[in-house]
Amino acid sequence: MATLALPEAQRLPSGPIKKGMSPWQKWGLILLAPYVVVFLVFVLYPVGYGLWLARHPVSYQKLFDDPIFLRSVYNTLAFVIIGINLKMIVALVLSGFFVTARTWIKWLSLLFILPWAVPSIPTILSVRFMLNPEWGLINSLIFRFTQQDGPNWLNDPILALGIAMLMHIWKSLPFWTLILVAGRLAIPAEHYEAASVDGATNWQKFRFITWPSMRTLYLTCTILSMIWTMGDFNSVYLLTGGGPADLTHVLATLGIRYLRLDEVDMSMAAIIVALPAVLPLVYFMMKRLSK
Amino acid sequence: MAMNTWRKAGNEAKLLLIGIPLFIWTMLPIYHLALFAFSSKDEAMGGRLWPDHPTLHNFEVVFKEQHHYLNHFWLQMWNSLFIAVTTGVLTLVVATCAAFAISRLKVRGGRTVMNLALFTYFIPAAFLAVPMYKTMGVYGLLNSQWALILAMTTIAAPYSIWVLKQASDKLPYELDEAAKMDGASPLQLFRLVYLPLMMPSLVAIGTYSLLLAWNEYLYAFLLLSNDRDVTLGVALGNFLAADDSPWELLMTTGLIYALPPAAIYYTFKRYMVGGLTAGAVKS
Repeated sequence: MATLALPEAQRLPSGPIKKGMSPWQKWGLILLAPYVVVFLVFVLYPVGYGLWLARHPVSYQKLFDDPIFLRSVYNTLAFVIIGINLKMIVALVLSGFFVTARTWIKWLSLLFILPWAVPSIPTILSVRFMLNPEWGLINSLIFRFTQQDGPNWLNDPILALGIAMLMHIWKSLPFWTLILVAGRLAIPAEHYEAASVDGATNWQKFRFITWPSMRTLYLTCTILSMIWTMGDFNSVYLLTGGGPADLTHVLATLGIRYLRLDEVDMSMAAIIVALPAVLPLVYFMMKRLSK
Repeated sequence: MAMNTWRKAGNEAKLLLIGIPLFIWTMLPIYHLALFAFSSKDEAMGGRLWPDHPTLHNFEVVFKEQHHYLNHFWLQMWNSLFIAVTTGVLTLVVATCAAFAISRLKVRGGRTVMNLALFTYFIPAAFLAVPMYKTMGVYGLLNSQWALILAMTTIAAPYSIWVLKQASDKLPYELDEAAKMDGASPLQLFRLVYLPLMMPSLVAIGTYSLLLAWNEYLYAFLLLSNDRDVTLGVALGNFLAADDSPWELLMTTGLIYALPPAAIYYTFKRYMVGGLTAGAVKS
């Protein structure tokens, strides 16, 4: 587990490297070749092709003139800053809950992983129907208890975006909680025992034992989740389809929207515009994980 | 004594105060899915919390393909399975070979390749989708299931290589030395020493890439469009195109589509958790 936070020191290439082409080197190249081919054909070429498609400045001009683009930049920022931080804080709290030794918590943790293991589309559509203003479960219950009509959830851009964030949290919270649980389990129990003897409160234990050893892991997880969430297509597309009136798009769904409108250059330009935000985070992660 | 009991009870209450809402939050969308699947159409739309007359009728309609949205249900199920299994196998082959070459054979340039793979892993998959779609068009692979298989392998491989490399770095180096002293060739070392020792990680990676491919929606719906080629996930998305779709059948199909990955996850859970938390899987 600790690998995410503290990558092991790379073993120096001692031993098997000899002069010339030993059979070990030869086989090494042969075995490495399949992935290199995959990388060249399905990563490098597409990326190069994409950059080439977005080479005209006029694509960017059109992009910045499109109010939907600006709106989706704000939405993506809100998604990443509010949604991800909320998710990670909840995951941090829940990791403390799941390390508590109780049989029923063990069973709950088995169910808790389900959202992550099952495909997005059935569960997101389930939520979408639940929120249907006329016959959905939520508004039916609201009507039964208050005799009032519930809100038209997915027809209000702010509400709809908020629900898309909750959907994202529902789906990926188990995964990040699992990672943070592993981080907590790596802390030696003696530290807590010693603190108990000294009469430390729960808050003090968290503040002076848990947090210092989890800080790096927590930061890494947050950044990784932020990078990936810029590309969270499913939560928005399947829940709102970008609507109402294209007000809930994020960059990932916007790219596909332009593709559908047959404006591939705009689609690529929208992604390239995001790179100045993404690449420094990627660089940070690379430095952390590959020493 | 009494103080202690009170404090214990308070502690339990606090745990329940987290546990109960968490249970409802986690299960509500899944329960709602099942509720629709076991209800008749009128009941499902009635906004009830449980079905008064649970029925298996929807499953019968789906299994017998008795609705025009479901004409190819079994074929699409097979497509999902074929694509997931092939992606799993292909990813395992590519990633295991690469991890062995980088970690054990210390091939020159191995570190660069590892870094390139990591870089690919960090780029959001949705950002790569549009270029990948255009490229598959150039290669003439659009609407072929191999386009999806190759795309999913490309996405699953970097994380797989990284996890396998981490695991294989932990194997004692003396094993290789001993094998070499006995005159083993690199391939013998790979087959007789490396693969058996790596088995738990290989199971985790195989399961991970299989689930990734089975659950994928974006790439599947971009790269495949023919009704007879698409996966079950894409078919579900197609339901949405119409306003008068049979929602109860959509939810039934969705429940069926969600069951295999859950079953696979629980079967291989003990490998998954170790392998998963060794790094970070795309969520």
